[in-house]
Amino acid sequence: MDKNMIWDTAVIGAGPAGLSAALAAEHSGAQKVLLLERDSYLGGILPQCIHNGFGLHRFNEELTGSEYAHRDAELLANSSVTRLLRTFVTDIVNEGTEVILQVVRKGSIELVRAHSVVLAMGCRERTAGAISLAGTRPSGIFTAGTVQRFMNMQNISVGNRVLIVGSGDIGLIMARRLTLEGAQVLGVTEIMPFPGGLNRNIHQCLEDFNIPLYLSTGVAHVYGNHRLEGAVIAPLDDKGNLDIKHARDIHCDTILLSVGLIPENELSRRIGVELDPRTQGPLVNEAYMTSVPGVFACGNVLHVHDVADFVSEEAQAAGEAAARWAAKSRETGSSVHVKAGDGIRYVLPQRIDHQGPCTLSFRVSSPIESCRTTVGQEGKTLWKQNYIKLMPSEMIRIPLHIKKMSPLEVRCEPR
Amino acid sequence: MELFDIVIIGAGVIGNAVARELSRKNYTLAVLDKEADAGFGISSRNSGVVHSGIHYTPGSNRAILNIAGNAAMESLCRDLSVPFIRTGKLTIAASQEEQAALHELKEQGEANGVPGMEMMDSATMDQLQPGIAGTEGLYTPSTGIVNPMALTIALAEHAHLHGVSYRFLHKVIRITQVQDSRFQIESETPQGRSALETRMIINCAGMHADTIAKLCGYHQHTIYPCRGEYYVLDKRLDQSLNLLIYPVPGTHSSGLGIHLTKTVEGNILIGPSNEYIADRMDCSTTSEIMEMLKSEGKTLLPTLVTSDFIRSFSGLRPKLTPPDVGGFDDFVIRYQPACDSVIHVLGIESPGLTAAPAIGKKVAEMAHHILPVSEKPWRPDFPDIPGIYRRPYPASMYSLDERKALVDQDPDFGSIICRCEEISLAEVRSALKRMFGPLTYAGIKNRCRPMSGRCQGGFCMPRIAHILNGEWGIPHENHMLKGPDSVLYTGLLRDGE
Repeated sequence: MDKNMIWDTAVIGAGPAGLSAALAAEHSGAQKVLLLERDSYLGGILPQCIHNGFGLHRFNEELTGSEYAHRDAELLANSSVTRLLRTFVTDIVNEGTEVILQVVRKGSIELVRAHSVVLAMGCRERTAGAISLAGTRPSGIFTAGTVQRFMNMQNISVGNRVLIVGSGDIGLIMARRLTLEGAQVLGVTEIMPFPGGLNRNIHQCLEDFNIPLYLSTGVAHVYGNHRLEGAVIAPLDDKGNLDIKHARDIHCDTILLSVGLIPENELSRRIGVELDPRTQGPLVNEAYMTSVPGVFACGNVLHVHDVADFVSEEAQAAGEAAARWAAKSRETGSSVHVKAGDGIRYVLPQRIDHQGPCTLSFRVSSPIESCRTTVGQEGKTLWKQNYIKLMPSEMIRIPLHIKKMSPLEVRCEPR
Repeated sequence: MELFDIVIIGAGVIGNAVARELSRKNYTLAVLDKEADAGFGISSRNSGVVHSGIHYTPGSNRAILNIAGNAAMESLCRDLSVPFIRTGKLTIAASQEEQAALHELKEQGEANGVPGMEMMDSATMDQLQPGIAGTEGLYTPSTGIVNPMALTIALAEHAHLHGVSYRFLHKVIRITQVQDSRFQIESETPQGRSALETRMIINCAGMHADTIAKLCGYHQHTIYPCRGEYYVLDKRLDQSLNLLIYPVPGTHSSGLGIHLTKTVEGNILIGPSNEYIADRMDCSTTSEIMEMLKSEGKTLLPTLVTSDFIRSFSGLRPKLTPPDVGGFDDFVIRYQPACDSVIHVLGIESPGLTAAPAIGKKVAEMAHHILPVSEKPWRPDFPDIPGIYRRPYPASMYSLDERKALVDQDPDFGSIICRCEEISLAEVRSALKRMFGPLTYAGIKNRCRPMSGRCQGGFCMPRIAHILNGEWGIPHENHMLKGPDSVLYTGLLRDGE
């Protein structure tokens, strides 16, 4: 690459977020858009998602993850976006008017300059260490997404008798996938009293295959010095401790962990982006700009999504804004705070810098039936909606038009 | 039957240090280990601290060998390209009583010959480590940290370079004295029984040294496993710890207290706990102790969040003091009574890692006294071999210019395999080439650190599977974590590609 070249927009990560952001940046007038991807293919985690359920919102049809990624990859092929695969961004520095990326790939380590950057690094899976899984450290303990890659991308099978720990969507999808491939899935444990994944996945992946779901249940310990031999699981008592008297021994050679996703913000930290402890992602404004001017964030690096379509939608807005920033169209104004009020776990954006269109994304704190969700400003209700039931696994997105610059609050209360 | 001059049992840090010292001379040498690689036992499961020597009774093996080992560590690590940092350490008193104990420690340190010790008031300590709590501290500048896996493996590789034969997956089950004062050693291996003969035996079997001693007819000692659990923290917290900080140990404690330890690569360890257990193979972690370590960690490092805890592990101390006695006993390094062609090295708990270089020298001299032979050509370091990356740290920890130079040599220094630790394909290939035993994932991890970072292999394990299968032709059903019993995959989902 030309050392003196300054890219308009550099996008880090070519998953659904990065793909949409790069395309949107180009459509919004950015001439020189660079898309950097560490894997050898586009789409991030999508190509290993060979199940359907993608594209319902965006394309109005039901696609597999691979097909969904393919559509964006085709759009990209017909664009002027420069893409680099098998390429890692290992450092990022803010130099005032531009951002400098350290870019590593086969045969080269170089510095790349850009006017604006879109962070789209996605997330990683929480590990056995992060959930303090007690017991031995044998082979046979994997995260669910890693097994998805092993099976769907590398044709490798990992075990025969499987316990799934955690009821996140990837764990549920893998319960079905493993069953279809002839493994025996002995059950799914979930420490919370409600499942972590989407309802449709509980039905389609567990109930349809008679796979038991053990709610309010944790793993006391795992055992086996070489290969995993089993796990002792136990229900939680009313104080939230494992009730060992009612423990049961599950003889399994494999455990898949589906215990949550952590937005991958190591680079964001390097450049000094301020993070929200609730989302573990950057604090952003309505255009998805982080606390560092010219640095934008979207997709799972910002907050963990339930549906890829929403990632694309969000990334499109971030990409457009990054292109506008690169074109020096920068209005500055005062910021107002968006508050996650009663019943709301988090809301994005956390701040609004400009009047105009703005999409709020939020999740409820715990399952709630028959509720009213509102967005209020200066004591007035800007938006309201009644729901029969809302689950934390489900992200709600509402388009608003902000006319006044004063704080907003989202609330969810029983009706 | 094969005949060796000396057989060392145990490829831990002690066995390998002895092997390396003996490899200077014209012996035929073999090292037997029941595991698949060097350092799969207790040598790799500890804090990696190179102790100053303040804690040990003057004149004891522990005191003398710790001081000598500490003094030798820097040049040894330079020779073997092993990461070693002299961080210094503060032992901190929180009360008048502890202050008195601290002064006693300093006197003991002086008697042992610990260099450069200094008493510090709280203001001076605060300059070294802002925010530190405590009334008085003892600063020992000679304390350091080393990567214990790297040291154990490098000692083995260096001994191997000088002709030492390593026999992994050899579990010694019988030792008999045969004619001409030779011994026959029988081992269980995955291929069945295997036997060899030797003139001398050196027992460096760590946690199992008493078992091996008994096979030799020496019944004097029993080893009591005492477990220590640890947490490994994310590297992002690296800056929060400038040096090692320990509490003043309790008088009857069998450990040195729970503390934070920096590792050479920048992770922080919390631990170890201290608990006698029955099973000397049991390296489990327990939820009770992990909870305790977590809350301890959050007190010591207030910015800790759940995702900072990336792994827990436990190690075992091979103690010679039974649970009802506690405390510490001295290292046992001796000829077997009435049979001086057997040397036992027993009860090498803390500070065994620090003392290893000195134990190696001492035991080699003891062996040479019984079986004197001539010296042979020997180099203290490794030769440059194309395709072998032998530097203390992963390439990503060097400057941009140095990394560029590496990429110019081999473009695959730019092909990243492990995203968390930024380990390249060139480094993984080098680790595989360096292994002279079975190829295991743990062996790759211990040599070049993929799967050690915050995602714990979620990203790089599929890539390592690809390399082992694609470049080394190993079928997936033969990929193993630590040995033949810990296979990782059951095979291919579908025949063909």
